[in-house]
Amino acid sequence: MPTVIIGSAKDIVEHCGVPRFVFSDFPLGNPCGHPWDTDMQTAIVKLALSVLESAVAPRTTVRAPFEWKPEDPEWRGRYNRVTDENRAQLLAIGDQRRRERGQAPRG
Amino acid sequence: MTKEPSGPPVQYMKRTRNYYRALGYENDYQWAHHDDVPFTPLAKPVRDMTVALVTTAGPPDGSNRDARNRRQVWLGEVADVPKRLTTDLAWDKESTHTDDRETFLPIDAMNRLIEAGVVGGLARRFHGAATDYSQAKTLEHDAPEILRRLREDGADAAILTAF
Repeated sequence: MPTVIIGSAKDIVEHCGVPRFVFSDFPLGNPCGHPWDTDMQTAIVKLALSVLESAVAPRTTVRAPFEWKPEDPEWRGRYNRVTDENRAQLLAIGDQRRRERGQAPRG
Repeated sequence: MTKEPSGPPVQYMKRTRNYYRALGYENDYQWAHHDDVPFTPLAKPVRDMTVALVTTAGPPDGSNRDARNRRQVWLGEVADVPKRLTTDLAWDKESTHTDDRETFLPIDAMNRLIEAGVVGGLARRFHGAATDYSQAKTLEHDAPEILRRLREDGADAAILTAF
């Protein structure tokens, strides 16, 4: 079955190895375009169909020609970030999860 | 409008590894990796094809959870898809939202492209394979089952949209 993936975690998808991949350089959650932007969504799906047809070998990656919202230039540093400010809190969260599972805390 | 990227792609594997180490977990997650990647050429032009959609979202009622609370594959009719699907997965909840279902299950976009003659048709059912973090389950059960369902629907190809 010919397939193409539309996604935003380029490193994860390419590490896995897939036949065809359209990379949307957006925060995780909206691979097919900005919310409510029907023109962009149509363009990205059209690109995926184009890659379905034009790719000649596995591990074909094409980047969708769109950026995330200009009013949020800091988005790249946000997801699962670890900072000096949140490190202790993250360990506390992990310890709470371990306690709930009957495991010993690390902190 | 084509723009130069505003920065390098986020390194999610490194970011997630560091995050879970900060939570105090010692065993790093091993992402799926395949040296050999299959590739199936198209048997006909896209404009003559029926294409199916596969998403990692879940049904609104959580009915894809089994007795062990594991997410199983599920399906729905594109003509009667719920407005909201379950998106209780790992995505960037600080930077965006998933209120617009089209951002991860682009049924309307596909219908516009059918109208424009770009693609032949959309398979009547879409399929869901919510992330369950079991590579064995994905390879041995979920993927073969979805493939069986795609063939049952007469799909010529599939677009997989991953959170």
